[in-house]
Amino acid sequence: MSKRRVIPGFGLSMGFTITYLSLIILIPLAALFLKAARLSGAEWWAILTTPQVIAAAKLTFGASAAAATVSTVFGLLVTWVLVRYQFPGRKFLDAMVDLPFALPTAVAGITLTAIYAPNGWIGEYLAKWGIEAAYSPLGVFIALTFIGFPFVVRTLQPVMEDFGSEYEEAAATLGAGRWTVFWRVIFPMFIPALITGFTLAFARAIGEYGSVIFISGNLPLKTEILPLLVVGQLEQFKYEAAAVIAAAMLMASFALLFLINLLQRRLNWQNH
Amino acid sequence: MSISIQSISKSFGSYAALEDVSLEVPDGSLTALLGPSGSGKTTLLRIVAGLEFADSGPGKISFHGEDVSEIPARKRGVGFVFQHYALFRHMTVAQNIAFGLSVLPRVQRPQKSDIRDRVMELLKLVKLEGLDKRRPHELSGGQRQRVALARALAIRPKVLLLDEPFGALDAQVRKDLRRWLRQFHDEIGLTTLFVTHDQEEALELSDQVVVMRNARIEQVGKPQAVYDQPRSPFVYEFLGNVNKLQAGSDVRYVRPHEIEVLFAAEYEPLTDSLARVQHLFSAGPIATLTVRLNDGQFLDVELSRKQLDELALSVGDEVAVRAKPENEAVF
Repeated sequence: MSKRRVIPGFGLSMGFTITYLSLIILIPLAALFLKAARLSGAEWWAILTTPQVIAAAKLTFGASAAAATVSTVFGLLVTWVLVRYQFPGRKFLDAMVDLPFALPTAVAGITLTAIYAPNGWIGEYLAKWGIEAAYSPLGVFIALTFIGFPFVVRTLQPVMEDFGSEYEEAAATLGAGRWTVFWRVIFPMFIPALITGFTLAFARAIGEYGSVIFISGNLPLKTEILPLLVVGQLEQFKYEAAAVIAAAMLMASFALLFLINLLQRRLNWQNH
Repeated sequence: MSISIQSISKSFGSYAALEDVSLEVPDGSLTALLGPSGSGKTTLLRIVAGLEFADSGPGKISFHGEDVSEIPARKRGVGFVFQHYALFRHMTVAQNIAFGLSVLPRVQRPQKSDIRDRVMELLKLVKLEGLDKRRPHELSGGQRQRVALARALAIRPKVLLLDEPFGALDAQVRKDLRRWLRQFHDEIGLTTLFVTHDQEEALELSDQVVVMRNARIEQVGKPQAVYDQPRSPFVYEFLGNVNKLQAGSDVRYVRPHEIEVLFAAEYEPLTDSLARVQHLFSAGPIATLTVRLNDGQFLDVELSRKQLDELALSVGDEVAVRAKPENEAVF
């Protein structure tokens, strides 16, 4: 380790990094797993296979994936508009994208509920079509889309801004029409950034609590999400059970994110 | 196919990029658009390609007599090689080259096997056999450029347009590719127009040099003619090294190799000036001499090693210098 380095401060900065990561991430997570480890494998199994947990897991991961997908599609569209066109109010629109970051999630949840409830501005019309937006899985999905959307835009924006017009021009001189240029040249080049955006939105959605609990109505087996179950167990002083659900959630999320990362690694043109 | 450019003007807002430019590019020629940045050369190339459209007016672009001014790039049938190649990085070399054929409407699109054959033929043409499965980032700069060239040629373009073809390469690769491109052009005989700011490149490579400045064409001609008979001080200074001598209110332009150096004893008052050797650089076959004239002006002179050895000069010696009169210009 006595090798000389040109860039100074490795020892100090690495030490700081490890201390920081330990305090912020590793120690809390280790505490969580220690708590959960007090229960045996059979007890884990019993907690995780209750119908309530299974239903909540399906809803959490399902709605998160669906919301992240929708955020990705519309995030692409919004980013395209923000980057490619000059129009009055563009800066304003651009700033608006960040609002879901800044807004307290509970406020977002209450607002969304008010709008999508059967007597709300939008819910009223949806109700006429027989669509129940608030207090249903759809409501969970709406809330998760709201909070995940900025991640996609902010990930994609710098990539798109760097993307010169010469690829489109090259494709045009080779005879490609606009549609072909988009689908065969532009879109594939954005895929790595889109995957990153999707991953961030997805990860954020899995852990989301504040906005969802208001709009979902928290009906057991129907609209309960996993974080709500964790809080529920805590309120009943079942700390170990809460830790088990949380630990399982964490492992599942980690496995999913790891898989997405692998997929992205395979699309290896990203860094070139 | 010949390219005919007739009184093209182009402005971006209040900035005039081209002002009433006309040019004939003969069929099968290799023509260089040479000029400093901001002279309008790239804009002209892009207008020929259909990537940019000239201001409305009498201006017209024709290929072989056919007016193409209103035809957009994707239907104009030009091969365009971008300065940074613009290779599609998510596609392999073969997919890049095949792109132009694979986007043709179904009725015109060749069979997959025919496209494959054409790609292989083009790879051979640009000397990149065996690299078809690579991705652009796995290639060197020179290889990327040739992939871009093959991709542009795949659609059998009417004309070939190159934007600063050697701009992104280092010196040695540049020289090799330059020679290769000249040979390549002679083989395929496609009318080619390329943009460069490097005078050496333009002179060495092209059949016709178009010197541009401030949105206008300054001079058009064969490299030798443009170099030997520059029509303006700008062209004189832009093409090769030149000495600028103040003589009263006139400026005389003399190229360094067009000056004779004689012993001071041979001094002829009518044609010569006396000067003192200030600096001597003699690595390689050509020696460069800087002399200081009696009126204080400096003069660069190029002579062969042999001449230098005969004169046996060293710094501080007095010499007589004589401009070969046929090549001197006064503006």
